[in-house]
Amino acid sequence: MIILKLFFSFLQIGLFSVGGGYAAIPLIQNQIVDIHQLMSLAEFTDLITIAEMTPGPISINSATFVGIRLAGISGAIICTLGVIIPSFIICLTLSHFYYKYKNVNGVQIVLSSLRPAVVALISSAALSILTLAIFNSTKSQVVISNFRWIESILFIISLFVLRKFKPNIIFVILGCGIIGTILYQIL
Amino acid sequence: MKINKKKFPIDFKILWTLFKTTFIISSFTFGGGFVIVSLMKKKFVDNLNWLSEEEMLDITAIAQSSPGPIPINAAVMLGYKMSGILGSLIAILGTAIPPMIIISIISLFYNQFRENKIIAISLQVMRAGVAAVIVDVAINLAKKVLSTKRIIYITLMIISFILAYFLNISAMLIILSCLSIGIIDLIINSKKGNG
Repeated sequence: MIILKLFFSFLQIGLFSVGGGYAAIPLIQNQIVDIHQLMSLAEFTDLITIAEMTPGPISINSATFVGIRLAGISGAIICTLGVIIPSFIICLTLSHFYYKYKNVNGVQIVLSSLRPAVVALISSAALSILTLAIFNSTKSQVVISNFRWIESILFIISLFVLRKFKPNIIFVILGCGIIGTILYQIL
Repeated sequence: MKINKKKFPIDFKILWTLFKTTFIISSFTFGGGFVIVSLMKKKFVDNLNWLSEEEMLDITAIAQSSPGPIPINAAVMLGYKMSGILGSLIAILGTAIPPMIIISIISLFYNQFRENKIIAISLQVMRAGVAAVIVDVAINLAKKVLSTKRIIYITLMIISFILAYFLNISAMLIILSCLSIGIIDLIINSKKGNG
């Protein structure tokens, strides 16, 4: 029974969270903590911390975490499926129409004015994550004394390497992880 | 069905590359949907040449405006372009499996994980690399918009940036507004064409 409850909860979360992971957090809280009381608020806070610390989409992370804690591996799979199914159906339909009509002149004109906005949104996300990396805080709570030299230097070197040599991005990210961790241990 | 088969012959090499690439990207992506989309742009547009920059931006806008996790939405659309429905499923698997494995392992001993200093530090410093990747992508994309030399696009970009970064207006609202401007642009254009 709990599996079914979880499945439908996460199906709703997948269907109604428009705008990505951070939009999903209040919905997950509402379903799991408030309505079904499957987790305490403290556990839920831990879950969000871990979902943010680890790679991957936040809603997939939370779905897996809630599922595995409440119903084991099968719970994790069911919850993740719940989040994914609405995405799959809706985006498949949209893809079909997009690839069918994208070369129509009128569609091109409309899309052309959307692209600058997407570029702006990506730039804004870039600055936000940069702030997070070098001040370890969100952009609204930046404290200058939290400035981190190691991350700043790693960032500048990475950006230089990326623009100059166009390496595989995984090496850049892993390289930062390894060099940075060693530097923190030495200094 | 016949058309589908003709359009998307099952190419295991493409499916494998699709799975492998989405798997790797998903394993290294911290932060929100736009981060993963930047990595996808880097891999699928710059390295593999599977789709054009414009297509990637369109996919981003659609993925952002549809319900559900942005990386999954983008994976569905990207996979569909390469190999139809099968491609979508493969891309979803590639995107969903890494976080599922990582979180399953962590959930077993999450207190130790949360309190381990070395793990916390390595995750924190890796962000510097992720930030560099997305800044690099953003610079290239912004340069492209500037090079169109069309004042309407450059203005839209600058205004959208100010709204998103400084005023915290939701991405959804910004995309919808630009969509309306695009439709107005279309109407003006078609009137010109008729007259």
